[in-house]
Amino acid sequence: MNVLDFLSSPADACRRNGPNDKIVFSSRVRLARNLTGVPFPGHAKKPDRVKAFETLMEAVSHLPQMGSEPLAEGMDKLSAQDKQLLVERHLVSREHAQKNAGSGIVLNKEETVCVMVNEEDHLRMQALRPGLQLKQAWLAIDAVDSSLQEKVEFAFDSHYGYLTACPTNLGTGIRVSAMLHLPGLVLAEQINQIIQAVNKLGLAVRGLYGEGTEALGNIFQVSNQMTLGESEAEIVERINKVLLQIIEHEENARLFQLEKKPKVLLNHIGRAYGVLSHSHTITSKETMNLLSHLRLGVDLGLFGQTPKAGVDELFLISQPAHLQAGRNQKLDAEGRDALRADLLRERMKLLPPPDPAGLPERPT
Amino acid sequence: MQCHVCKKAEATVHLTQIVENQVKKVDLCEGCAKEKGVNDPTGFSLADLLLGLGASQKMEEATTAAGTETSCPACGFTQADFKKTGRLGCSECYHVFAEGLESLLKGMHKGTQHKGKIPAGHKRGTTSKSRLDKLEADLKQAIAREDFEQAAALRDAIKSARKEAQAA
Repeated sequence: MNVLDFLSSPADACRRNGPNDKIVFSSRVRLARNLTGVPFPGHAKKPDRVKAFETLMEAVSHLPQMGSEPLAEGMDKLSAQDKQLLVERHLVSREHAQKNAGSGIVLNKEETVCVMVNEEDHLRMQALRPGLQLKQAWLAIDAVDSSLQEKVEFAFDSHYGYLTACPTNLGTGIRVSAMLHLPGLVLAEQINQIIQAVNKLGLAVRGLYGEGTEALGNIFQVSNQMTLGESEAEIVERINKVLLQIIEHEENARLFQLEKKPKVLLNHIGRAYGVLSHSHTITSKETMNLLSHLRLGVDLGLFGQTPKAGVDELFLISQPAHLQAGRNQKLDAEGRDALRADLLRERMKLLPPPDPAGLPERPT
Repeated sequence: MQCHVCKKAEATVHLTQIVENQVKKVDLCEGCAKEKGVNDPTGFSLADLLLGLGASQKMEEATTAAGTETSCPACGFTQADFKKTGRLGCSECYHVFAEGLESLLKGMHKGTQHKGKIPAGHKRGTTSKSRLDKLEADLKQAIAREDFEQAAALRDAIKSARKEAQAA
């Protein structure tokens, strides 16, 4: 099946909204599970791995939670571009995109549940929701897990809980995370303090594509690190509390900048508008950072009633695989940068220039 | 006092952090403190240190002291494999390498007893007899080779396992 045809269009994908989505792009909960009696994927011999793959692809794709026509495909059946598209949509990890025969994915039509088979564990099941909806995401993936347990038996120990390839996932196997847009805290130079504080609470802060990636476009992922010794509900609740605090700090940082350094703020947004509208070659990295400021401008009301979905769509379609989607020829970096600039110039025509009159009234 | 990382030099850097109302302490020698970047206590997470420091080291000490290179009878996974990948081979490995894992998990997670979801049909908190036997055997070995740090961790694990068994 063609991944591009299966996925919703970038415009539709970005139109989904949820609570606090000015700051929280999306919420995700993933569970790691392994079949009992079969070595973990990294150490399994090929016949074992293939057997686990076949059993799980079959079991998962027929779950009621996966809907009537899920995308269920082996990683060897997907082109490099298809895999990259899935990574850019945050549906599969970068590690999983490297996999081939014996690994696969099952994704429901709504793109709210995505299961990776034979990643680091036999199963990495994730539920995704727009905005801040950690609890809903947990309940959704909990339901998937429970129905799957009627069909297959997972490796479980009454002391250690669910057994995983890496001891860091042991117990609940849960990773609760949210993707945040924090330009205010970055501009106010408070982001490092926030990251340190969050680290101290036992949570990790990472860049756009997870472990070891850069925080492009002021986008950060916050997730739990400890998985054993606490229940899933406690972990979800703890992260939720921390996220609400980060949201408050981000809002305050934006107001502070607006009040104390309005020129600096307007300058960033105006320049972002200018460069995105008039460049002829632009890297993905620069684009992300400028779009971050543009989105901040939309949030602050500088672009009238322009919905944030428009800017979010630009974030998505300027990523390498989305940019080249539907093209047969693979472009080199130089070609992509030119194509990206062409696309952005075209799209930016629809956006009026930023108007400082749209700023919220400053408190007197 | 010995350094927690290299276990050789005298610890001169003492870090105390409060994580979720629990006081956690780490003692380091100057060299290790520098290596782990502990010059700025505010930017430093205990978890990072404890995770990085030596998963493999701890496991290795536990097994090499026992005199044999342990490998998992179910999947053939060895100490060296863990050191290389940081992953285990199969679910049985968790029992085979239990001794080294216990203190590793302690530093990594909030506790070592699973408190989350359990599969339908499983009873909560019932530690299997085989696990208790294994822990007790490990404890005896640890005492025999005078590794009291390891022994203390095992003693605690046995104690909490017994408590759960009674409560269940």
